Amino acid sequence: MSEKEIKNLEAIFEAKIARDEKIEPKDWMPEKYRKTHIRQMSQHAHSEIVGMLPEGNWITRAPSLRRKVALLAKVQDEAGHGLYLYSATETLGISREELYEQLHSGKAKYSSIFNYPTITWADIGAIGWLVDGAAIINQVPLCSTSFGPYARAMVRVCKEESFHQRQGYEIMLTLANGTPEQKEMAQDALNRWWWPSLMMFGPTDDMSTHTEQSMKWKLKRKTNDALRQQFIDQTVPQANILGLSIPDPDLKWNEERGHYDFGPINWDEFWQVVKGHGPCNKERLQTRVDAWEEGEWVRDAAMAYAEKKAERKVKQAG
Amino acid sequence: MSESKNNKKNWPLWEVFVRSKNGLEHRHFGSLHAADAEMALENARDVYTRRNEGVSIWVVESKNITASNPKDNGELFEPASDKVYRHPTFYDLPDEVKHM
Repeated sequence: MSEKEIKNLEAIFEAKIARDEKIEPKDWMPEKYRKTHIRQMSQHAHSEIVGMLPEGNWITRAPSLRRKVALLAKVQDEAGHGLYLYSATETLGISREELYEQLHSGKAKYSSIFNYPTITWADIGAIGWLVDGAAIINQVPLCSTSFGPYARAMVRVCKEESFHQRQGYEIMLTLANGTPEQKEMAQDALNRWWWPSLMMFGPTDDMSTHTEQSMKWKLKRKTNDALRQQFIDQTVPQANILGLSIPDPDLKWNEERGHYDFGPINWDEFWQVVKGHGPCNKERLQTRVDAWEEGEWVRDAAMAYAEKKAERKVKQAG
Repeated sequence: MSESKNNKKNWPLWEVFVRSKNGLEHRHFGSLHAADAEMALENARDVYTRRNEGVSIWVVESKNITASNPKDNGELFEPASDKVYRHPTFYDLPDEVKHM
């Protein structure tokens, strides 16, 4: 294809997105669009998969059967979300095996939030309330993103996500209204998860390299800072209802802006965790790799059995 | 069927179609990997119908689907757009004729 022809196709493509038409897998798309989507969608899928680990840690020790079935269902949902997203990513011409390879080799990233440990039961409450709350704010705009399979997967994810946040908040509510020790446990979890949750929205707008292009492709509809502010404004009143305090001495309602002002985020910590030096990076990846490798014989056996059955069917028919 | 670097066969890809309730058609829900059709059905039930989203599931191995190419959309679909006489509004009728 000549350079002129590509320019022409690009113009048609950009106009389609501007008209809010969706791009489907077999449509022509610029290579950069394909690559960016593979990167973002697979990171998203990996986050769902690794995201099962910190919470899975508490399934066997959930304090009641009610909490246990809820947590099991939530973790199962996360597996489902990972699978929706992997299969949507595969429509762009990359295999599941390549995607796993990128995760297991450390080449692909996943959300840094999952590199923090879940030390107490209250962490399960804080994750549902804050981490899933932040995820919802990040994900809702993606329901109308330009790539059809991604948008459709996100519609399904968002529908399921609100139970996750409510179950987390209910855990926090129970602890906050419990014994002084339980309330203290809830406060401690909020103290540890608050700042990492704010970092989930990514670097500040002036530091974010992909924002402009992503806005054009509707991969992003609001900037990192706008989403972060939305999360803070929405979460502060929820903390007040719990009777817990947000660990930020600079947090203050700004009447003029109509938003909460908040203190500086520790971006050094953010980049440390992104680069692999968070409290649990090694452990998370190792657990994931072990699960994949230890499951290999099961996958092989299932494949061998399927082939044997298919052969037998052919023989019987012949 | 995709082959990995050590020449091993991976579970193939299946497309999943779900009828959400009787009276409605099966609709494409997504895809998944499974060793065979039976496992594809079981996995589809876990992945796509955790909240009563369906009463019937179809699975078909993705390689068996033949899809039209968007590049051919012009010759495939444009001929229909100038055949306005296929639509009821093409025909002029007096106002007295109601409900036709």
